[in-house]
Amino acid sequence: MNKSAKLAELRHCLARYGLPPDRPPLALGHAGADAVLGGGLRPGALHEVFAAGWSAGSFAALLAIRLAKSKPFFWVRPDYEGMEYGAVSPEGLLELGGDPRQLILVRTRKTAQALSAASDILACPHVGALLLEIEGMPKCLDLVASRRLAFAAGTSGVTVIMLRSGAEAEPSAALTRWQVKSAPSRNDDDDWGNPIFDAHLTRHRLGGLGNFLMQWNPQHACFDTADIGAVAAAPAHRPARASRQRRA
Amino acid sequence: MPVSTRRILALWLPRLPTDRLARRAKGAPESNRGEQFSAPLVISGKIGNALHVHALETKAARLGLYKGQPLANARAMVQPLAIVPADEKADAALLDAIADWCDRFTPLVSLDAPDGLFLDITGAAHLFDGETAMLNLVMKKIADQGFAVRAAVAGTSLAARALARYAHGSIVPPGGEAAAVAPLPIAAFECDDKILRALRHAGLKTIGMVATRLSSELSERLGKNFVTGLRVMLGAEEQPLAPRRPLPDLMAEQHFAEPIVTEHAIAASLLSLAQSLSGILEREGRGVRVLQAAFFRADGKVTRITIRTGEALRDPKVMLRLLNQKLDTLADPLDPGFGFDLIRLEALLAEETRPGTLSFDSDENARRQIGFLIDRLSVRFGTTRVQRFVAQDSHIPEAAGVAVPAQERDFEQQNWTLKRRPGDPPRRPLRLLERPEEISVPLSEVPDGPPLRFGWRSARFDVARAEGPERIAMEWWRGSVGEPEAREGVASGRVATPRDPQKNHPNLTRDYFRVETREGQRFWLYRDGLHHQLAPRWYLQGIFA
Repeated sequence: MNKSAKLAELRHCLARYGLPPDRPPLALGHAGADAVLGGGLRPGALHEVFAAGWSAGSFAALLAIRLAKSKPFFWVRPDYEGMEYGAVSPEGLLELGGDPRQLILVRTRKTAQALSAASDILACPHVGALLLEIEGMPKCLDLVASRRLAFAAGTSGVTVIMLRSGAEAEPSAALTRWQVKSAPSRNDDDDWGNPIFDAHLTRHRLGGLGNFLMQWNPQHACFDTADIGAVAAAPAHRPARASRQRRA
Repeated sequence: MPVSTRRILALWLPRLPTDRLARRAKGAPESNRGEQFSAPLVISGKIGNALHVHALETKAARLGLYKGQPLANARAMVQPLAIVPADEKADAALLDAIADWCDRFTPLVSLDAPDGLFLDITGAAHLFDGETAMLNLVMKKIADQGFAVRAAVAGTSLAARALARYAHGSIVPPGGEAAAVAPLPIAAFECDDKILRALRHAGLKTIGMVATRLSSELSERLGKNFVTGLRVMLGAEEQPLAPRRPLPDLMAEQHFAEPIVTEHAIAASLLSLAQSLSGILEREGRGVRVLQAAFFRADGKVTRITIRTGEALRDPKVMLRLLNQKLDTLADPLDPGFGFDLIRLEALLAEETRPGTLSFDSDENARRQIGFLIDRLSVRFGTTRVQRFVAQDSHIPEAAGVAVPAQERDFEQQNWTLKRRPGDPPRRPLRLLERPEEISVPLSEVPDGPPLRFGWRSARFDVARAEGPERIAMEWWRGSVGEPEAREGVASGRVATPRDPQKNHPNLTRDYFRVETREGQRFWLYRDGLHHQLAPRWYLQGIFA
């Protein structure tokens, strides 16, 4: 083997470092997003959703519903999140096309406990999906903790969606990162239809980035393309944002 | 005459209050030894308004003082006299601790307040080389701790109790109670002075003499309760003991001649106990739902940890794992001190397991794994923190689904009904605030309509579109929705504080609106009360997707 081949192999190795094992991706239903993601969201990995505003956090729950299908789905949240963003309503979950019978809610006192509960849940391959809701930028959620989650998810094949509210993007082991805010529904009609999200894919370790308007379809529990005028797509090959200094 | 099938060991600690003080004085550091009483010690108690002798130490008893004597008389008889007021709470706590310690002999220990204990040693005596050896062992161990102790074994609690007080150390063979208690004085009944006086008037001096009378005579004069008590004392009737803690269905225990201290030894012992418990469970076709491990420290302290499982459990490794996890989360870790001399594993609740435990069905296997995961999480964070939802028959949004511990029951059969028509957007929000929060709405533009803008949590929102009203009347048969019983259902699990708006005028009809702000956020608002009834107040209750 000559030097350049060896270098190429090393480069390839480094590029693959920390990536989850290959598993068939799960289509979200939104054609544009699925194309950029290479077929859909990859199971057995860590995906981050940064929500702006009150309604956008539901995007993470919808991803979890989509990924869990008919398997049990765990929602782990520290108490503070419940007080701030409201308690999970089984009726609301049903209305969105989820199955309240499959939801198991774990409430913890502290964020650190939520992380350790998450690592327990990720160890069980029969879990459909895990939604981990974390507010702000706690100290215990550092790069190591995030790597640990990603590794556990990769080992068992359980997808973990981390919902971050009131936080800024920081270095993490996430495979994808979404910045989501809600988008207004069509203006011209009285029928305001299903919820629409303005989702920016700001980090994707396996491919391009993008900006999508995704409308949730509760009937089929998938995303549709929202047809409210054309929105200019963001440059597809923008590099991931440089990390900021963490606040103490 | 039927023979009692139980064997009861009665313990009597006649000098409990003074022994407690003496033990404390002994344990005190040198400088405080002054507290030790050189004069005879008497504990004073109050009957009505008069002070009397509540308890006394042997030294005082030798000088002719006795229990129940007026304190002034005692003072006149003996000078000097150390007098300490009674502390019944401390005595009761001490008796409780001794009862805890006695748990090592049998799981069924019952309090005989204020200064006695019953141990049901049925079927346990052979573990300690027979009743005689066991009685001696119990007495010696308690005496070593510095207590005066009397004990006796008989078939019924009352017989054993009377014998412990008046014929210390006796062991009555089954059926021999009547003969054994016959020579005891009538004071052994420990009943009212009135009854004792009546018996004395009748010339009955011993229990044996009382027993010769017809029960109809006795019950006429002295009441039914006395006759029942007499029959129990004579061994003709059994009286169940009230156990201090729930009795285990099954248990396994291990005694150690040499107390064990190291973590390794404790883990090994727990594993072997789990294995033997699992063997018993296997034979009976049962599994454990509530498992308790009790660690008896050599110095008498008992630590108990309890775990609950969602499904009947039999695998010793799983038991051990759950126990270890619980031990890890203890606020004050298991402190072996000078070592444990007994570890016991109790199945407080054992259930039949369904046949076909070993299934190749992958669904069944997955269900099991999830159940085990829920158990583990419940052990670590508490059962009320791992929840699933149960549908409720209520149209009030916050009461429609109740979060209950996920271990509790099957959730597959729950029936949830969709509120929206197929193809419509969701009609209920994904998140409900723990309690509706009041929003500020500038005077409404349309009298009965939705607000055009509102302020919530120090932010302003412009309403771009709204849908409603959906009128939801409160349930008149409930006091107020603000009540904890109705509110607890919300996943928060926190006990709700009374809601101010509901306190003033409960049970208002609510008009709900789904609104979308200019940025596309969707909220669920309601107006409290009908518009023409009073000045409307607006609340935000939920957040849609």
